[in-house]
Amino acid sequence: MSIDQATVRKIASLARIAISDAEAAAMEGELNGILGWVEQLGEVDVTGVEPMTAVIPNHLRLRDDVVDADPLTGGGRRDDVLANAPAPQHGFFGVPKVIE
Amino acid sequence: MTDLTNLTVAQIRDGHRAGDFSAVEVAEAFNANVAGAKALNAFIVETPEHALAAAKAADADRAAGTLKPLSGVPIGMKDLFATNGVQTTAASHMLEGFVPRYESTVSAKLWDAGCGMLGKLNLDQFAMGSSNETSYFGNVISPWKRNDGGNAALAPGGSSGGSSSAIAARLCPAATGTDTGGSIRQPAAFVGISGIKPTYGRCSRWGIVAFASSLDQAGPMARDVKDCAIMLENMAGFDPKDATSLDMAVPNWEAALSSDLKGKTVGIPKEYRLDGIDPDIDAMWDAGIAMLKDAGAEVVEISLPHTKYALPAYYIIAPAEASSNLARYDGVRYGLRDLPQGAGLQDMYAATRADGFGPEVKRRIMIGTYVLSAGFYDAYYTQAQKVRTLIARDFEQAFGVCDVILAPTAPSAAFGLGEKTADPLSMYLNDVFAVPASLAGLPAMSVPAALNREGLPLGLQIIGKAFDEQGVLNAGLAIEERAGFNARAEKWW
Repeated sequence: MSIDQATVRKIASLARIAISDAEAAAMEGELNGILGWVEQLGEVDVTGVEPMTAVIPNHLRLRDDVVDADPLTGGGRRDDVLANAPAPQHGFFGVPKVIE
Repeated sequence: MTDLTNLTVAQIRDGHRAGDFSAVEVAEAFNANVAGAKALNAFIVETPEHALAAAKAADADRAAGTLKPLSGVPIGMKDLFATNGVQTTAASHMLEGFVPRYESTVSAKLWDAGCGMLGKLNLDQFAMGSSNETSYFGNVISPWKRNDGGNAALAPGGSSGGSSSAIAARLCPAATGTDTGGSIRQPAAFVGISGIKPTYGRCSRWGIVAFASSLDQAGPMARDVKDCAIMLENMAGFDPKDATSLDMAVPNWEAALSSDLKGKTVGIPKEYRLDGIDPDIDAMWDAGIAMLKDAGAEVVEISLPHTKYALPAYYIIAPAEASSNLARYDGVRYGLRDLPQGAGLQDMYAATRADGFGPEVKRRIMIGTYVLSAGFYDAYYTQAQKVRTLIARDFEQAFGVCDVILAPTAPSAAFGLGEKTADPLSMYLNDVFAVPASLAGLPAMSVPAALNREGLPLGLQIIGKAFDEQGVLNAGLAIEERAGFNARAEKWW
């Protein structure tokens, strides 16, 4: 399967990355090169093979149902959470206006 | 007085404990080396005050008789680990200026063990690369030069290229690395040091900037096998904050080190004998086989039939996970925001991500987005995960007849900066021997084994059974003792 520039622009839009026409043109070749190369996986007979879900057998745990059991990941850390936000406002994350 | 920066982690720990020198002297010696090595560009941020504070505490602890396992040992921290109060960038513009308010589990364990931090080490952007040429903060330069009289700047490998370059240049005795598809082992091989990626889940991923979560695994890089064992003991351990953390006791790897391989069987995978491979690599591999035989091991040929499909499977799975993990960089919660005049939310996302990510990161996000998109998911992603099952099965079957596997770490010695940047695929192929163990979650390490005809280091890789870091370290030690690798880069920086 090879992709064209319109597909490149669609992928970029899905990935929320702005690209120029020149970048789309360059990326068309690069992505086709990589996708053409991974295509060889189609040769492998995978009849009856389950896709891998966990590389090392492990069971998923639930953490204890305790408030603030781990203070690092518990609540009450608004200022820490906002410390690296580019535009915090009034104790919230700031975003551009989303409704007219 | 001996140059303290030539000491290994074990020598610093033991010498400090014995009172041969103070931790402050050690920290000052390494701080001076770091400050004098700007030409290597190994550090993004230098933290001499952190190293000194830890050293003062170590000296006080010695006086008080309360020494910790790594008191007095300063290390380098790959800038992929969140460090409380110290900028953490993943070598990206996106996270430039990001100062975490928390500490990654692995780095916290090392500070608790008494280590000090010399600085945050440069890497490939978001750990995506094999040469450290994708960093927003510039290339890391290897301290090594070819012996051809030329002056070509060589790649330190990647993604842990700052770690490898800094250790080889004696800027730190050990450093953290992370390995998603070879990012500890390949850079270690390129500069003639050791590095181990433990079993997936040994080291907590909490606080490590995520690339591909089913593959990412932290591990140590150092000058010898014993130091790797010491460091790994102080990095590993169960962490409830990481859902895939292994709930297992951390073995005392250092104490159990033994290079006597009697009764052990070493597998040599025939599929790793690539056509047209560098004869120096083949010769080093054969020498490694002889060394393990000499250590008492039996050697058998094994087959890992799906080896050639490991890289293409990796280049679907890793970008797919990356496209999901990196969706968090939205210009809202942390990191860069690019808000063009009059732009709405969607335009802000797109502008922020266009500005904040480098070309290789964008390429991988795009590939990942494509292979996960409707209509292509089964053909690419599900197929790759099935192939991954087959690759893991190959190893499982091989470990029915052998205890560890010996192979080269990389198909070449260090290449020159710029030699592989024009074609992403040629760069990807440098991880051909490293990626299969990553896909199977197995412990694997690189130890320096020889110099090639250009005078550059080559590494041998040992791959072990899940949870058998000890078997890997022991085989590594057997090679280390016999290879007698003690070459080092001549100082030019």
